[in-house]
Amino acid sequence: MPILSKEEAQALLKKVLSYSKAEACEVSLGGSEGGNIRYALNAVSTAGDIGTLGLAVSSTFGKKTGTATINEFDDASLEKVVRRSEELAQLAPPNPEYMPPLGPQTFKDAATYNDQTAAMTPEGRAELVAKSLEVTKAANLQAAGFLENSTDFRAVMNSAGLFAYNKSTDVTFSVTTRNAEGTGSGYAARGFTDVSKLDTFAATKIAAQKATGSVGARAIEPGKYTVILEPTAAAYMMENMFRFDARSADEGRSFLSKKGGGTRLGEKLLDEKVTIYSDPFNTELPSGTWTGDGLPLEKTYWFDKGVVKNLSYSRYWAEKKGVKPQPGPSNIIMEGGTQSLEEMIKSTERGILVSRLWYIRMVDPQVLALTGLTRDGTFYIENGKIKFPIKNMRFNESPVIMLNNVEALGKPERAISVESYRSYLIPPMKIRDFTFSSLSDAV
Amino acid sequence: MKRRNFIYLSGVGAGAMMLPNLPAFGTPIDPAEALNQVDARIKKELADVALNMAKSKGASYADIRIGRYLNQAVVTRETRVLNVANAESYGVGIRVLVNGCWGFAATNNVTKDGIAKTTERAVAVAKANAKIGGKPVQLAPQKGFGEVSWKTPIEKNAFEVPIKEKVDLLMSVNGAALAGGANFVNSTILAINEQKFFASTDGSYIDQDIHRLYPNFSVTKIDAAKGAFETRAALSSPVGMGYEYLNPVESEKVKGIVTRYKNRYDMLEDVKNATKNATEKVSSKSVEPGKYDLVLDPSHLWLTIHESVAHPTELDRVLGYEANYAGTSFLTVDKLKSGNFRFGSKNVNVVADRSQKGSLGAVGYDDEGVQPKQFDIVKDGILTNFQTIRDQAHVIGLKESQGCCYAQTWSDVQFQRMPNVSLAPGKAKLSVDDMIKGVEKGIYIVGNGSFSIDQQRYNFQFGGQLFYEIKNGKIVGMLNDVAYQATNQEFWNSCAAVCDESDYRLGGAFNDGKGQPGQSNAVSHGSSTTKFTGVNVINVKRKIG
Repeated sequence: MPILSKEEAQALLKKVLSYSKAEACEVSLGGSEGGNIRYALNAVSTAGDIGTLGLAVSSTFGKKTGTATINEFDDASLEKVVRRSEELAQLAPPNPEYMPPLGPQTFKDAATYNDQTAAMTPEGRAELVAKSLEVTKAANLQAAGFLENSTDFRAVMNSAGLFAYNKSTDVTFSVTTRNAEGTGSGYAARGFTDVSKLDTFAATKIAAQKATGSVGARAIEPGKYTVILEPTAAAYMMENMFRFDARSADEGRSFLSKKGGGTRLGEKLLDEKVTIYSDPFNTELPSGTWTGDGLPLEKTYWFDKGVVKNLSYSRYWAEKKGVKPQPGPSNIIMEGGTQSLEEMIKSTERGILVSRLWYIRMVDPQVLALTGLTRDGTFYIENGKIKFPIKNMRFNESPVIMLNNVEALGKPERAISVESYRSYLIPPMKIRDFTFSSLSDAV
Repeated sequence: MKRRNFIYLSGVGAGAMMLPNLPAFGTPIDPAEALNQVDARIKKELADVALNMAKSKGASYADIRIGRYLNQAVVTRETRVLNVANAESYGVGIRVLVNGCWGFAATNNVTKDGIAKTTERAVAVAKANAKIGGKPVQLAPQKGFGEVSWKTPIEKNAFEVPIKEKVDLLMSVNGAALAGGANFVNSTILAINEQKFFASTDGSYIDQDIHRLYPNFSVTKIDAAKGAFETRAALSSPVGMGYEYLNPVESEKVKGIVTRYKNRYDMLEDVKNATKNATEKVSSKSVEPGKYDLVLDPSHLWLTIHESVAHPTELDRVLGYEANYAGTSFLTVDKLKSGNFRFGSKNVNVVADRSQKGSLGAVGYDDEGVQPKQFDIVKDGILTNFQTIRDQAHVIGLKESQGCCYAQTWSDVQFQRMPNVSLAPGKAKLSVDDMIKGVEKGIYIVGNGSFSIDQQRYNFQFGGQLFYEIKNGKIVGMLNDVAYQATNQEFWNSCAAVCDESDYRLGGAFNDGKGQPGQSNAVSHGSSTTKFTGVNVINVKRKIG
């Protein structure tokens, strides 16, 4: 079985550590099982079912570390992997940035596991897809989609006495609906810990509405417009800024670097409506409660009313700078307002509603200048109403500039980035002066 | 391209440079263990377990891939080694066709029992999916090849080169950059070896040993007073070669405003040039937006070919199978069948070829047992073909697959991936110098940079590493903040000239992403330097408070 309980994992890791002769030893164990189903042109195209379990041992002498792993678990194999990591350590060059293992830590339990998601079967996945296809067949649309569920566990133990364990489940679903003529396209994506929250019928309905509504798109002149970004679009746009790394800022190669040296910690960099934090214990978006090197994760503010509140410091960089280590974000939650998307549209005199963004790439990391395109439902708003669908456009914009031009934020909801498939809690946002640079004929 | 893998593995992204570890990509092993191979006879015995079981459970077709995927990464920054990783991933993937529907399952338990159970799982998956209905899979016929083998023609197995030699090379590269005034430098050597065995109910037992190598670096120059920084990445290419790629040979160098490389790479020379270039970039002139003639070096043009020609001619995209992830295509089966769809000017000839020596896509057989052939995609500017695999060939009236099937590892299902797709060199003699002489107002672009294209491959934007302003037939200086935007068909119809074959070089993507779950593919794209007229250039500079 690839998924071990806390007790089973602890017993196995203890046994592995008992073979160690190194000055320091860290052992980690991880397993995953799950499956997926992919469909296109209203029929299943591929599906699979995959399980893995692996053990990694890192042994250190002085500042020389060697790592070896194995996927066999008899006593001889466990001893062999420890010996091999020790041999590799003796051959390795010393790492001046090596940090000794952390001692015992206290971790709170995470809310990342759900029995029902863990119990999903190929038949269950096929049924969820069938519900999605009901919608598109009835609406005379073509669906292409993907559903994937996984159950993972990981556990670490080290020679300084640290032990940590976590188990999680995840299910993600995405669907693109298109009409036969190829003149309309819609999209929806959902991600949950608990599969009972996943309604593939309802999500496909939204995608179908976007597909039908986007037929007959008109071209408008590219330029600066007020936009309302739906959470799926906003999440992808902002994802590039979510590392908050102190080291790259100190080194002068980040949007968080200060002119003349140092970081922008404490500076007001974004509009005061912008507050972004991480919280492993958020019930809508739970995350693990510890990092790979054994640091506990707590609620952390990154931007508070537009001010840079914290940067992430690795243990090495923290020691060098004389500050406390600060793990990077375990999840991202952005505060918003109470307005619904409909209310935000209603209060817009002229603007563009963006359902989704696509193929975002970094153009200039200095200011996080990005380029990408709209897709799957772009609409012109006039006097508080959606007037007509418009052709897709390429944008050239920075999330940092964008978050200085915030007109209003709506109610946050769980949204998936279409690049990383990570989930975020992000509000829909109304942004002024968003820069579109050219038109695209793509549907 | 799949951005995340690309950034993590190549270490090109400024942010990713600081990551101390590569992502889990397999199981770390002792370097010496990479040199042992599993005997093909044992793999054949194991394969027969799956094929017989699948047939007995009602499969009309089945294949099994027993794969050992090795990779080694040496990752450094400035004066220190960040990571040396040796990993292996070993397991089997089994694909069955039952009741007209595919089923797939994979396991790392490579025993007869593990394979039998996994075959049963694959059959169960196919049966569950068949209940949903849809058109049954139609496989193009493929003859079995019996017991055959193929190996990348390498001169020196990168896995046989001691880690110390690789570390020493990278340390001297970093040392040269720092001595030249660079503030930061990151460098990597990545080596891949796919030992893959394929067997099918058609009667093929194919053993292949595929090698790839990717040396890379990025140099950063900081201007703290201005709060600015510039980077210059290596002008190397990922290649389907052994370690011989890293032995510099003068005759493989292309001299010019900056030295570029053919089948051998001089990493130390390139990093010295890169350091000078990064320093120059900090104080270079910001581009005036407008229409320019573009002279695109092969180290740049490969990525434009990849995104704007190779991806839209994948038949699965054309048909809608990638609609939910990679996207569809502005090219359609109707446009192909018309026989007169003008993709580009008459100078544009695009060829698919998996036999090119040194290329990333070179194989003897694809991942469903088909021997790939060379075929034209665009001939004299007219669209002539799409890339296909066995279950797609019938859609465009082909009697056989064109050998474009690939899976990134044993645990992923194989599907349609692009072969090497290249722009043929011009037939008339034409050098880069002569091409530049004919440009009144233009930009000469070397190296690939930022890239983005829409889901149907109409509208794109590309950056680069180095931009040189051309005025009245002469290079007059370096430019900055350059990106060009174009509509695909318009761009290729503005192709005014292609240099001759003496300038032909391959570039490539080490990690091209497609599919759900996402999979990586490695592929090369060749060209000679090419001129495009009247392309829209924008200035990408922005400021934050």
